[in-house]
Amino acid sequence: MKDVFGLIYTSDESDMRLRDLTRSRPIAAMPMGGRYRVIDVLLSNMVHSEITNVGLITQRNYHALMDHLGSGKEWDLNRKRDGLFILPPYVSRSNTGSYTGMLDAIRSNLGYVRRSSQRYAVICGSNVVFNTRFDEMLKFHQEKNADITILYNVPVGEEAKAEADRTHLKLDADGRVTDIEVTQSLNNYPAASMDVYIMDKALLTYLVEVTAAHYQTDFVRDVLMRQLRELKVYGYEYKGYVKRIESIASFYRLNMDMLDESKRTPLLYKPYPVYTKVKDEVPARYEAGAKAKNCLLADGCIIEGTVENSVLFRGVRIGKGAVVKNCVLMQSVEVQDGAQLSHVIADKGAFIKRDRNLVGQESWPVVIEKNAVI
Amino acid sequence: MGKKCVAMLLAGGQGSRLGVLTRNMAKPAVPFGGKYRIIDFPLSNCSNSGVDVVGVLTQYQPLELNSYIGNGMPWDLDRLNGGVYVLPPYIKGKSGTWYKGTANAIYQNLAFIEQFDPEYVLILSGDHIYKMDYSDMIAEHERKHADCTIAVYSVPWEEASRFGIMNTNEDGDIVEFEEKPANPKSNNASMGIYVFNWKDLKQYLIEDEKNPESSNDFGKNIIPRMLSEGKHMVAYGFSGYWKDVGTIESLWEANMDLLQSPPAFNLYDSSWRIYARNPILPPHYVSDKAQVSNAMVTEGCVVEGTVSHSILFSGAKVEEGAVVENSVVMNGAVIRKGARVRRAIVSENAVVGADSNVGGNGRIAVIGEGVSLPEYSVVKPGEQIDAEALAKKQSAEEEAK
Repeated sequence: MKDVFGLIYTSDESDMRLRDLTRSRPIAAMPMGGRYRVIDVLLSNMVHSEITNVGLITQRNYHALMDHLGSGKEWDLNRKRDGLFILPPYVSRSNTGSYTGMLDAIRSNLGYVRRSSQRYAVICGSNVVFNTRFDEMLKFHQEKNADITILYNVPVGEEAKAEADRTHLKLDADGRVTDIEVTQSLNNYPAASMDVYIMDKALLTYLVEVTAAHYQTDFVRDVLMRQLRELKVYGYEYKGYVKRIESIASFYRLNMDMLDESKRTPLLYKPYPVYTKVKDEVPARYEAGAKAKNCLLADGCIIEGTVENSVLFRGVRIGKGAVVKNCVLMQSVEVQDGAQLSHVIADKGAFIKRDRNLVGQESWPVVIEKNAVI
Repeated sequence: MGKKCVAMLLAGGQGSRLGVLTRNMAKPAVPFGGKYRIIDFPLSNCSNSGVDVVGVLTQYQPLELNSYIGNGMPWDLDRLNGGVYVLPPYIKGKSGTWYKGTANAIYQNLAFIEQFDPEYVLILSGDHIYKMDYSDMIAEHERKHADCTIAVYSVPWEEASRFGIMNTNEDGDIVEFEEKPANPKSNNASMGIYVFNWKDLKQYLIEDEKNPESSNDFGKNIIPRMLSEGKHMVAYGFSGYWKDVGTIESLWEANMDLLQSPPAFNLYDSSWRIYARNPILPPHYVSDKAQVSNAMVTEGCVVEGTVSHSILFSGAKVEEGAVVENSVVMNGAVIRKGARVRRAIVSENAVVGADSNVGGNGRIAVIGEGVSLPEYSVVKPGEQIDAEALAKKQSAEEEAK
């Protein structure tokens, strides 16, 4: 995959749906799976595809991302030639700093696209998590002589219940896209886009400029839908585990899914391990009297109480007699002695005092914001 | 550009008292404490002390150590000027020898040290678990205008005769050095950590090398020689946790020390983190049948059985119905269904077959690296099993049938 560069677009349009959790960070920087962030999965996909030139388009609140990624060392993207380019918003005549769509965002960073020496671009959103290499998809793209190839899956089970607009594709027998519907409620076409596109850099540059000339900014609406007849748009199916982060509930389910080995291993570990920033925490520690059942626990946790069906990020502390069930507790959350938590998502550094009682529901988990003291 | 201090870490020891654990790797590469290796402690100490040039002298089974150290990134020792260097013995002209002794190992790397033109050289060994600020020791060395400063640790009197003992006057100056004395006059044991003025040490090393009688060892030759010449030798007292992990029993004990509440050795100090190369595995998973208490468990582990008073290393797995007690289960080892492991060390990637019984009351049982015990195996307390021992055991059992 030497002839491909990656472009990750971290939109903030959908951030509002995650309420307090995305107040200080984009979805791309959301912690997930006990020790990762969403961006880790996306970047690792690029790295495992041997893509060594990755541009990351950021918008408001990109501090959390910058802080996490640094030079890209941990993803092996601190390179002499190419590597990781964080493309923050800036205000100039041609850049408003706040993008109205992916086309607008790429137009503002056309300089990066033009400088990239590779022929193909893999463009990827930041709200869908999955673990794959893009090699097969590129081969398909080349074989079909496609203009644009869209990665899609057919959501089943929980994932089939949309909680936000999805881009559904109608495909003919050859895999060519013949119609597109952007909808939350309709399910005429089971194939749903995963916000990953492969196209030629020259075409990308052309499309961005042409649409900009018409004040068009949205890739799905203004390119895919408007030019579906002129362009050869194909769909390539992904059959592995996919989770779209569309709401608090779906973010919660993504984490709970990680308790299931058949989902955890392919998303985080095998065959392609997800790389992340190393924090050099001490192994987790269970004191005498600790009880843990069906849990995922990161290093640095200290458990004295009871934890069930939960995901605990690094450095979480559970006091004596505390009972934590069906919770997602992010980095450095402290649950003091005797507190009871059920269906709670606690953001980094939240502090739950002695004997507090918090109960949420699976469809509506209680969200505790960063550094809150309850 | 000159450096104030260059650290030389002696990591060539075979560690034969660790038995099957060091058959395929040097002692400093032996895993410890869930996600570390012994060498992480001196390397992290260097990094945290601001000593940013470290030469690691390897000789015995260096592969594991070489690939582990790599470019030194995990310890923040990948530096433009300095960093970590692995220094194996090499051929010079027609000659070329293995490192004959600790002093000879440094002698063979004079050119390495010289290129940094340091004021001081810090000699370290890769055999101990401890946290120590070397910059304090160097400051003390400077303050006392010493020729050599040796870190000492007060060991229990009854054990003093197992150590090199430093007898000091009231100023802390060393007046006498006794190697493993029968009747110790002091309990100040040398920790094998020395600070030398580089220019002096260089001369001593060159002269020592010329002496064919010498065993080219710091403890046996260099230190006694300096003392006899009336050099200013200072003892630097260290009072934190310090543990030699040179034997199976002491390695096991040091691991168990981490399980005390509060731990006898505190790894949680964020101002003095111990760094390690991280295999990047998912958080560990405990199933709904698991029982874990008084244990340390790290990333990549899967626990379905019972774990009590034990340490599981990265990627270890304890299957349903298996019981692990008072044991150390190293990286990637698997304890199959129904097996019992008590007072044992199970090395990297070893497999304890279903319904086996390993260890028990008495001495520590050891399962060597990569050994795959068949089901219903019995390993007695104190027994050490590597691939060879396993084959022997199996053929003996065949014959018995």
